[in-house]
Amino acid sequence: MKIVVLLKQTPDTETKIKIDASGSAIDHADTKYIINPYDEFAIEEALQTKEKAGGTPEVVVMSFGDEKARELIIKGLAMGGDRGVLISNTGLESADSLTVAKVLAAAIKSEGASLVLCGRQAIDDDNMHVGTMAAELLGWPHVNVVTKLTLTGEKAHVEREVEGGKVEVYDVNLPAVIGAHKSLNTPRYASLPGIMKAKKKPFDAKTPGDYSINASEIKSKIKVSVKSYEYPPAKPAGRLFQGEELEVMADKVVQLLRQEAKVL
Amino acid sequence: MKVLIFVEQRDGKIKSSAFEALTVGARLAGSAGDAAAVLIGADTAALVNQLAGYGVDKVYTVSGPDFALYNAMGWAAGVEAAIKDFAPQVLVGVASPMGRDFFPRLAARMDAALLTDVIAVEWKDGALHGTKPMYAGKCRAHLVSQNCNLHMVTIRPNVMPAQKTGSGSAATTALQVVGTSAQSKTVEIRKGKSEKADLTEASLIISGGRAMANAENFKILHECADVIGATVGASRAAVDSGYATHDMQVGQTGKTVNPNLYIACGISGSIQHMAGMRTSKVIVAVNTDKDAPIFTIANYGIVGDLFQVVPLLTKKLKELVGH
Repeated sequence: MKIVVLLKQTPDTETKIKIDASGSAIDHADTKYIINPYDEFAIEEALQTKEKAGGTPEVVVMSFGDEKARELIIKGLAMGGDRGVLISNTGLESADSLTVAKVLAAAIKSEGASLVLCGRQAIDDDNMHVGTMAAELLGWPHVNVVTKLTLTGEKAHVEREVEGGKVEVYDVNLPAVIGAHKSLNTPRYASLPGIMKAKKKPFDAKTPGDYSINASEIKSKIKVSVKSYEYPPAKPAGRLFQGEELEVMADKVVQLLRQEAKVL
Repeated sequence: MKVLIFVEQRDGKIKSSAFEALTVGARLAGSAGDAAAVLIGADTAALVNQLAGYGVDKVYTVSGPDFALYNAMGWAAGVEAAIKDFAPQVLVGVASPMGRDFFPRLAARMDAALLTDVIAVEWKDGALHGTKPMYAGKCRAHLVSQNCNLHMVTIRPNVMPAQKTGSGSAATTALQVVGTSAQSKTVEIRKGKSEKADLTEASLIISGGRAMANAENFKILHECADVIGATVGASRAAVDSGYATHDMQVGQTGKTVNPNLYIACGISGSIQHMAGMRTSKVIVAVNTDKDAPIFTIANYGIVGDLFQVVPLLTKKLKELVGH
């Protein structure tokens, strides 16, 4: 059994997003990158799956990105992944989700993986596209926003959280793509020996061409492009109540909610 | 221009945001003859009439026991059948857990453009132009679709209001679709513990932060929420400290919310929390620290201890709503 974990580099959640002077790009000069937080749950689930299976499955940590992703893949290897694969996005920096899914699906197929784990969504574009699109391109089932995964042979019993606390329960056949949600597990920290070992683990630097994908051809078919960015409109200054009797302030605010804001 | 709208139902009830999608779809189509809807479920007959007046002339139904429980494979097959018959240029849905689950699958199958979770959308020069919050709302991107025959879009709930445009009813076309697959079977859908609206759909939210100090104290938020029918949320700090469950988390690694009223109690306002709730129409903040960042985006702020202020708000709200 081979497990592929898909990983994306995303700006740290505390990052202040800065739009550059042209208005058509984000200025990432000061951005600190982290492993997309949901992807950490995917790595952890892959490692637990490996451990439950007696350590035989190979855990491949894969990313489509630039050189900055290398360091994050190595973090995944330090947690316990076996091999890293970085597929260069040079020339495809403006790829949309479907283009990325096409590259990753080809790479997953070439690996012969039987389980793909990824985060439920990346916290930068918040699209929730790539894992599901890759599943479709591979002809595999997917379950996303997964809070529980139980594997028995070639079958997976999966729980997915939807709105209002409802839980959808699935039986899917492997190979499948599983998108990890927050409560799936608690990601481990990399140990010091893990960090030392990670740098010596196998690491494949690939290009889309290695998977028989013509980068300029898929670039010409990109279906969604960003024309410009803007900041959300600024909130007008609000009213701050302080120093009065608490009950008086509470009453004022409740009255304003009805009479001025008209939300009650 | 031909537009197909996916109308989402769960448990035999059409989602209120599906009417928002219908309104957007009818507007993009321009005339009722060019707009059609597709309904999927075990029994859709009783639901078709509810679409009358929303500007669609034609309703496709995909029904039968195969469609008793939602499954991405089955739902993608159902909408695909409607696309093949109607040949729309645009497919509109809602960025709900269901729409966000199977629209990407369908987009990959149809080699279509997909704009997700937009707060504004137009059709111009043969392309969809959509505005989409990114980085949980820290900025917005203007997206354009291209290089495809089918342009797909899901809209964010509770942003573009639903509007009836007439009273005309629609003709029904039943499609025969196989909804089961050997690869993926939905075994059951367990009900949630709460009857309250989900945070992502709630029009009123009251949230607690680290200052709640423990899980039991959330009781005072629930008491306040019950008076006005609000849903209770939490900051990441409260969730990470174990005071609240992760499905209550508002912010960049939790839920992005868009209510009419958001009451933040003991939440200082980290950048990642504010990103997830700043589009709330009205924000009330209660905090002991008058310099807390949350006050910079609050419409109304009260400087005070939430353990004293929240029960007072509950009391005043009770007086206001009269019970």
